[in-house]
Amino acid sequence: MGNLEYKVLVGLEIHVQLCTQTKMFCGCALSFAEEPNSRVCPVCLGMPGSLPVMNKQAVEFAILAGMALNCQIAQFTKWDRKSYYYPDLPKNYQISQYDLPLAINGYIEIPTDNGIKKIRIIRAHLEEDAGKNLHTAGNFSLVDLNRAGTPLLEIVTEPDMNSAIEVRALAEELQRIVRYLGVSEADMQKGHMRFEPNVNLVITRAGQEFKTPIVEVKNLNSFKALENSINYEIGRQLDRFNETGEVMEMGNKSTRGWDDAKEVTVLQREKEEAHDYRYFPDPDLVPVETNEDWLIPIQERLCELPLKKRLRYVKEYGLSDYDAGVLTSERATADFFENAVKSGGEPKRVCNLLTQYFQKRANERGCNLTELGVKPQQVAALAKMLEKEEISATAAAAISDAVVLSEDLDPGKYAQEHNLLQKSDAGELEAIVEEVIKANPQAVEDFKAGGKKSGKAKGFLLGQVMQKTKGRANPKVAAEILDRKLA
Amino acid sequence: MNQLSAKELRDKIKAGEIKSVEATKAVFERIAKVEPTVGAYISIFEEQALAKAAQVDKRIAGGEKVGELAGLPVAVKDNMCTTFGTTTCASKILANFHAPYNATVVEKLLSSDAIIAGKTNLDEFAMGSSTENSGLKRTVNPWDIERVPGGSSGGSAAGLAAGLCFAALGSDTGGSIRLPASFCGVVGLKPTYGRVSRYGLVAYGSSLDQIGPVTQTVEDCALMMNVIAGYDPADSTSVDEKTAPLCDYLAKLDEPVKGLKIGIAPKFNAGADEQVRKAIDEAINTYRNLGAAIIEIDMPHFDYAIAAYYMVATAEASSNLSRYDGVHYGHRTRNPNDYIEVYTKSRAEGFGKEVKRRIMLGTYALSSGYYDAYYLKALKVRNLIRGDFVSVFEKCDCIMMPVSPTTAFKMGEKLDDPLKMYLSDIYTIAVNLAGIPGISIPCGFDDKNLPIGLQILAPAFGEENLLRIARMYEKQTDWHRKRPNLNG
Amino acid sequence: MQKKIDEAQVRKVAKLARLELNDKEVEEFAGQLSAILDYVARMNELDTNDVEPLAHCLPIHNVFREDTIKESLGTEKTLANAPQQDGSFFKVPKILEEPS
Ligand SMILES: [Mg+2]
Ligand SMILES: [Zn+2]
Repeated sequence: MGNLEYKVLVGLEIHVQLCTQTKMFCGCALSFAEEPNSRVCPVCLGMPGSLPVMNKQAVEFAILAGMALNCQIAQFTKWDRKSYYYPDLPKNYQISQYDLPLAINGYIEIPTDNGIKKIRIIRAHLEEDAGKNLHTAGNFSLVDLNRAGTPLLEIVTEPDMNSAIEVRALAEELQRIVRYLGVSEADMQKGHMRFEPNVNLVITRAGQEFKTPIVEVKNLNSFKALENSINYEIGRQLDRFNETGEVMEMGNKSTRGWDDAKEVTVLQREKEEAHDYRYFPDPDLVPVETNEDWLIPIQERLCELPLKKRLRYVKEYGLSDYDAGVLTSERATADFFENAVKSGGEPKRVCNLLTQYFQKRANERGCNLTELGVKPQQVAALAKMLEKEEISATAAAAISDAVVLSEDLDPGKYAQEHNLLQKSDAGELEAIVEEVIKANPQAVEDFKAGGKKSGKAKGFLLGQVMQKTKGRANPKVAAEILDRKLA
Repeated sequence: MNQLSAKELRDKIKAGEIKSVEATKAVFERIAKVEPTVGAYISIFEEQALAKAAQVDKRIAGGEKVGELAGLPVAVKDNMCTTFGTTTCASKILANFHAPYNATVVEKLLSSDAIIAGKTNLDEFAMGSSTENSGLKRTVNPWDIERVPGGSSGGSAAGLAAGLCFAALGSDTGGSIRLPASFCGVVGLKPTYGRVSRYGLVAYGSSLDQIGPVTQTVEDCALMMNVIAGYDPADSTSVDEKTAPLCDYLAKLDEPVKGLKIGIAPKFNAGADEQVRKAIDEAINTYRNLGAAIIEIDMPHFDYAIAAYYMVATAEASSNLSRYDGVHYGHRTRNPNDYIEVYTKSRAEGFGKEVKRRIMLGTYALSSGYYDAYYLKALKVRNLIRGDFVSVFEKCDCIMMPVSPTTAFKMGEKLDDPLKMYLSDIYTIAVNLAGIPGISIPCGFDDKNLPIGLQILAPAFGEENLLRIARMYEKQTDWHRKRPNLNG
Repeated sequence: MQKKIDEAQVRKVAKLARLELNDKEVEEFAGQLSAILDYVARMNELDTNDVEPLAHCLPIHNVFREDTIKESLGTEKTLANAPQQDGSFFKVPKILEEPS
């Protein structure tokens, strides 16, 4: 067994909830945490005689996401009914897309330790969500249909991911992308993004290849769970193969649920019974045809995607990969950063101000950087003053505080009015240094003596200069003068 | 007053010559007298109707503007949703269902000041040709109470023929307006698919279903169409006016169609009973005498219509009816052992035989391994059938043929043989597959004094011409004035 | 494809359609559905290799709704027809399996 090698194969089925105002086929507002069964109407309740009408925004969001995932957008697409009986599915069929999905043949680029990797996307289609069944204790279940009819984008990838880390990277990248595009809030805890990985291994033993049965993992509501569940499955499938030698066959795919507390996957369904969903074209809806007149304006809404941006920040602005990642994690932050740079702020300084100062303030307030009421121009002005050494880091912090409190504040004026500008004028500083030398002969002596005491004495003398200037002396300039005078 | 057409009564009510309350009372008196025999209605709304009639009268007396159907007592097939009363589809599974909204056509009737007298019986979920499949009650043919009224809009046609309303709405998926109209001696129009909103019409075969009027005269039919036709943003399959302009169907109704060319297919007319065939031939002769040219046409795929229809319609139905499961509304079995039994037993108890049969057939046609051979094949045949009509309408303005090979048959006669029952729709079904409009107008009686219907078909969205053509005949004859002899 | 539908198939289809059938119904349906399917098989006389399936007769596509909120029905009306409810929820016997 020592010569056993294996490769992990993971493909993902992903459901992304689109952040439209209303549901896919009716005017009910999307639901968050309202009273059960309060955001429903005859259409999403599947009442007799009711009919669906497509939400244009949902279709456009899906097209936009499809474009961002480098997919071909279908010229002709239609709706199909997928039949299965379940209490959270009021019509007992789901309106979805079967043989002609809205988007096909795309890819998503993810960052890995070995650089960028392309994960192929088979298809992305639109469908309506089901409601929720609540399995309470006792002999009953409860059904809330508020979620029924919410627009979902279903994305299916090829099994191109070879580790749990890659899966997580894809998930996080996808989250950033859909948030950049403004098509989803993509909050996993809230179920806006649901990942169902299909995991199996290709094991090489004594020169022979074996494929383990595919396992679909459900109930993953965090990135951590997603990553851990796959690592768990890798170990479990290896063990099982060693024990039983079971390999992939027709119909031995199984479904396992992730138990978040125990951090294990639990068997839900042993053998995948051949589903018979009886797909057929929904006669209540007409097809969707796309053409350039419609697609080009959507294409124009496509922005630079987070990963591209991040790489560019490293290359163009010389930022560290970490800082670039922080700045590009949200589109608003990246836009803010770029606007500040455009207003003349030196990129690294702007980056430091944002990541070390303003982001903290935003976190404290539980808001987004853009919601702080700070303007990119103000940050640029601060960066410029730092660059020219007109202010100290301490002064910058003080000015930033003021900026957060007042939208119209001009950082330069404020620094002047509050005597926060550094004294870099050599003539003025020279006089003060002279004074300090005269007043502290012992320290001067220690300094000149060199050795251990010298550094301490210099620090003392500079401290005196700073005291006399109320902290506004440019420490670099003051030190130069001192060095020259006592040389 | 019961001799007046809807249009005549409406005009008199508007002119203040007859009070709507009087007309409405007369209808309910008639209902009290003959409805126990006819069985047209599943529910009636006497109180509500009289109140609305009084209100309309008051508005007319006050010189206020009133709607197209001011004060006119009408009936609605009980597969159209109403916020008042129940919407049952004549099914036990919906026997106590109260819809939370009105169908678009119901809203249109109400806003044009019609008085909705009641909701009429039908074959359960509109599946049938005789109304015998109603899970709730029995409707007879007013011309012979031993016979069926036709179906599935049997309640609307029988009720109208018996004078229990002045006009009615039916729905037609494979002939369900035209067949009962023909069996009961009244006018019935299936409009072009997409012309009348289906919102609130409980679906049977969604790509085939269409609501239309059941009326005493062609003129009444035009009047009703003026109210119910038109685009509805709530129905994605309703056609906007840019694609197919609407018109005032009454405006040119009395103008004969000049140079009328009528297509007939002697080959399949030959399949009808002799007396039916004779009546149809005579009707065509009437047109010939009016100057129409008769052109022989061929529709090579017509004979495959029933086969294709029963695959398409039942496939859609199996899906449309999957929502009746006892979970959110409708009948639920009493003591289910588990949630699966809520489905299987509620549906077993709630649906009648014919509905189950069609659900089974449609489920089979869509199931894995059979889809291509049955459902997909049927869609292709459907395309061929539509192609037949397209090429025929290049040569003629309309097609004429019988509505049914026979006149009304006896109750129970075809109940044991579903296929035989399906074949009664042989002349009507192709129209639904092609989505075109078709009308049935009275054109005589057989030797048992049972009405015979002439069917006229026109190209898609050709209702205006279709009604004018039908009106040409109506003006020459008085079949439409004949009333059954019914003594309550 | 001339295959008649046998009782086992009828039971399978009934399960798919969530219809409980008794033995008599199964037998009856096997006979009736076979007769209908035999009749339907006449479609095979037609060569449809080059024919597009026609799901719709409509000359329209792209029928959309703007993304604007319309008032919902409200919990009371929503549950008015419910066979069984618990508070604002629809109530059903305990659901044990995943959807299939
Ligand atoms: Mg899905
Ligand atoms: Zn809704």
